[in-house]
Amino acid sequence: MSYLAKPKFHHPDIETNELGFTHRDYEGSISTLCAGCGHDSISSAIMRACFELSLPPHRIAKLSGIGCSSKTPTYFLGQSHGFNSVHGRMPSVLTGANLANRDLIYLGVSGDGDSASIGFGQFAHSIRRGVNMVYIVENNGVYGLTKGQFSATSDRGSKSKRGVVNTDSAIDLAATALQLGATFVARSFSGDKSQLVPLIKAAIEHRGSAFIDCISPCVAFNNHEGSTRSFDYVRSHNAALNKLDYITGRAPITTDYEPGSTQVVKLHDGSTIRLSKIGADYDVHDRVAAMHHLHTRQATGEIVTGLIYLDGEPHDLHDSLNTVTTPLNELNTPDLTPGQKALDAINASLR
Amino acid sequence: MPIESINDCVIRFANVNGSGSASANQLFARSIMRMGVPVAPRNIFPSNIQGLPTWYEVRVSEAGHRGARGGTDFMVAMNPQTWDKDVASIEPGGYLFYDSSRTVPDSKLREDIVVLGMPLTNICNREFTDPRQRNLFKNIMYVGALAALLDMDLAESEKLISEQFKGKEKLIAPNQKVLRMGYDLARETFQCPLPMRLRRSDKVGDAVFLDGNTAAGLGAVYGGATVCAWYPITPSTSLAEAFERYCNRLRVDPVTKQKKFGIVQAEDELASIGMVIGAGWNGARAFTATSGPGISLMQEFLGLAYFAEIPAVLFDVQRGGPSTGMPTRTQQSDILLAAYASHGDTKHVLLFPEDPHECFEFGALAFDLADRLQTPIFVMLDLDIGMNQHMCKPLKWDDTRNLDRGKVMSAADLDAAKDWGRYLDVDGDGIPYRTYPGTHPTKGAYFTRGTSRDRYARYTEEAAPYVDNMERLLHKFETAKTIVPAPEFRAAAQPTRLGVLYYGSTAPSMNEAAELLAKEGVHLDLMRVRAFPFSAEVTDFIAAHEQVFVVEQNRDAQLRTLLLAECSIDPAQLVKILNYDGNPITARFIRKAIVDHVERLSARSPKVHS
Ligand SMILES: Cc1ncc(C[n+]2csc(CCOP(=O)(O)OP(=O)(O)O)c2C)c(N)n1
Ligand code: SF4
Ligand SMILES: [Mg+2]
Repeated sequence: MSYLAKPKFHHPDIETNELGFTHRDYEGSISTLCAGCGHDSISSAIMRACFELSLPPHRIAKLSGIGCSSKTPTYFLGQSHGFNSVHGRMPSVLTGANLANRDLIYLGVSGDGDSASIGFGQFAHSIRRGVNMVYIVENNGVYGLTKGQFSATSDRGSKSKRGVVNTDSAIDLAATALQLGATFVARSFSGDKSQLVPLIKAAIEHRGSAFIDCISPCVAFNNHEGSTRSFDYVRSHNAALNKLDYITGRAPITTDYEPGSTQVVKLHDGSTIRLSKIGADYDVHDRVAAMHHLHTRQATGEIVTGLIYLDGEPHDLHDSLNTVTTPLNELNTPDLTPGQKALDAINASLR
Repeated sequence: MPIESINDCVIRFANVNGSGSASANQLFARSIMRMGVPVAPRNIFPSNIQGLPTWYEVRVSEAGHRGARGGTDFMVAMNPQTWDKDVASIEPGGYLFYDSSRTVPDSKLREDIVVLGMPLTNICNREFTDPRQRNLFKNIMYVGALAALLDMDLAESEKLISEQFKGKEKLIAPNQKVLRMGYDLARETFQCPLPMRLRRSDKVGDAVFLDGNTAAGLGAVYGGATVCAWYPITPSTSLAEAFERYCNRLRVDPVTKQKKFGIVQAEDELASIGMVIGAGWNGARAFTATSGPGISLMQEFLGLAYFAEIPAVLFDVQRGGPSTGMPTRTQQSDILLAAYASHGDTKHVLLFPEDPHECFEFGALAFDLADRLQTPIFVMLDLDIGMNQHMCKPLKWDDTRNLDRGKVMSAADLDAAKDWGRYLDVDGDGIPYRTYPGTHPTKGAYFTRGTSRDRYARYTEEAAPYVDNMERLLHKFETAKTIVPAPEFRAAAQPTRLGVLYYGSTAPSMNEAAELLAKEGVHLDLMRVRAFPFSAEVTDFIAAHEQVFVVEQNRDAQLRTLLLAECSIDPAQLVKILNYDGNPITARFIRKAIVDHVERLSARSPKVHS
């Protein structure tokens, strides 16, 4: 069923990728979110990442729950099938879709309300199972679509637009994903495309549960003074772990890195990620250290961003289930239906 | 007078949960079946793993009645906890068999029954040292004793034991020995056989003996299901387990050992149905198995699947509600819950299998229907069908049959099509054409959502396209009437103004009740409803009768409510006959309810005769 996209020809000045696609081919319909909403920047980072990876758009399936964040799949990858499911339940729908066809790329888009409140259970269990997906939470610390209530990722002490102080502890989704066994965990910021785009690329190439907690300020309800999810606050508290460069196996390595300050991470398909480390002794392969690091920096009020953890040998749900390599949705009558002869034997055993 | 009968009795075993009695009791039932005599066994068990009372009832019926009869002719009382009730429940002239290792005072016995004591515990303690064996063998020993008392063919039981322990040959000889000990001792102690006895017959034919959950799970294998997502709940658990067992046997690539199926035990029923919907959206045949509480949790998702038109199959093995209700008792009380699941205007297709044979058939058919109609299909089992073994016609498959995937556009179809819209009604049957994700680089992609959209799947909240879509869904539901299993009609021996509508596990008792009533001169036309939405045959049937009894196993007459709501029928025409105490409905109950009604009717208006 892999219908390959034909390369296209365009005006020589327009940037094209290996498939001959332009950036246009990765766009969706026009966003209806508020001007300046962080979510729109994440959409463009997704388009950029898919463009740079030269992915045929129709081989991507984008799924979401409900919320402003969950609306965004309409605004990118118009040639991909999309599924706006119900509030908080994207993970289960994505899991089922992935079971049906292991050959597509699954992009799950959710919000902090969608994933940390109503869908906290599904978030956790999809990660536990190692579903091969990119799971992005567009985290603004509020319910945007229902007009600004605190969400479960909102920091204790953070002030709402109306001046109410949040008294509940925050759920740290990245730390939770680490604890649950995600094989790729990152945090980023919608305002830092140079960090976000390579992270999304690496997450797509990762064959397991890749989780990205992306801080994405809500300009309508959570960008004021006193909020810990405003553009200003995030910029001034951003503790980037690393800068990364995603290099496909095919592309030559052009940048020179200072020895000692970089960690080269090989991915399963031969491509590499080069991390220029900011904290010198941080090792992205050490889950326990990563958890410790997150907690320590959080205690000082910092927001750790970058690639937090990566398992180079991920194991996904299909590995656990030992399913056939052919997508299950391509199996047909002869593969699936054993016929009367087998039934005769079963009948005989039931007498 | 002791009860005298041949091949017509009810034997009940009172056991303690977890004592290993289940396989011995099953051995007893299957031995009778091997003698060519129809049996209908039922488990009555608590929501508990060990220590509480359980019963196993075997109805023996040369005439082939498979419904519960009510009453007990022969009690095997192995549970001191329930002794008093068990003894009291025996029909006058019936028999009591018990373990006489402990003496039972006369005051605890009855004069009007035949009492048969055998020191099972003492013998087992004498013969065996392993405490586990001592316990298990008591059960086998009473099966041997029953064989002597009821004049059964011991060779059949012996053969079943060797079949059962194939691969564990060490166990065959000791089991057969104990069986024989029970048999011999009974012959020495009692006057064997009793006046109530069995005799070899030829009424079983090629019938098979299995439970509905196993049959439905196997049906899902034949129906081409590749994805199963479920969350354990009595009485549905064994359905998913059967699917897994048969898949491991029939769907594993012999060379690579890789599996042509994926089963996920989800974190809850919301996730189960979410996975099923995701898989169905992506072109795999997917199902979940659950019971009422699970369906309650799935409501929001079911509305999504209805509105976004995604195939899904749900096996609802109904139990006693509301709430946790009677989790190990049977009812048909999820009919309305399933038919109208979710908020807004929704309706769903329901199938009502009557026995394991139909559980298999509908279990496979449901996947074709789900794909053809692009909507959730509920297969409505209940605990009685699902968890009890029933004798039924052997399972059948037509090898020329191909899975019907419904209206799906391939890449070539998309290239050839002039115009494609996900929700366009091209054929005028309300069923649109869909695409699987990833089919074509530039055509056929669309956005699936639970919000309103136009025929090209574009989001809209405008009135006209919303109504247009809702009307098309209704039209699709009309189409469903023509492709779901048709009702089964059985005419009375004489023309009659009385009809009966019934469904699911009520069938065997209803059929038997109709026979009883016919002998008393009450003639009934029968219609067994096999699906919702109701086809014209159902409304015609109602129109053709002055009074129609609707026999069901719930308090609120749910099928009747559905008939009234969907078919605009005068409520006075539909008479409720309801049994909802958690026990399977019996022919005796139905007969009495109908007789009472007919008598009241003829007292009121002399012109109504049956
Ligand atoms: C079952 C259910 N309950 C409530 C809602 C209303 N609702 C829609 S979006 C939303 C919160 C979304 O918050 P978040 O996921 O953070 O998305 P954001 O809008 O902030 O991007 C809620 C409560 C709903 N759609 N469904
Ligand atoms: S309400 Fe907030 S989250 Fe929603 S679109 Fe506006 S800025 Fe974005
Ligand atoms: Mg939010």
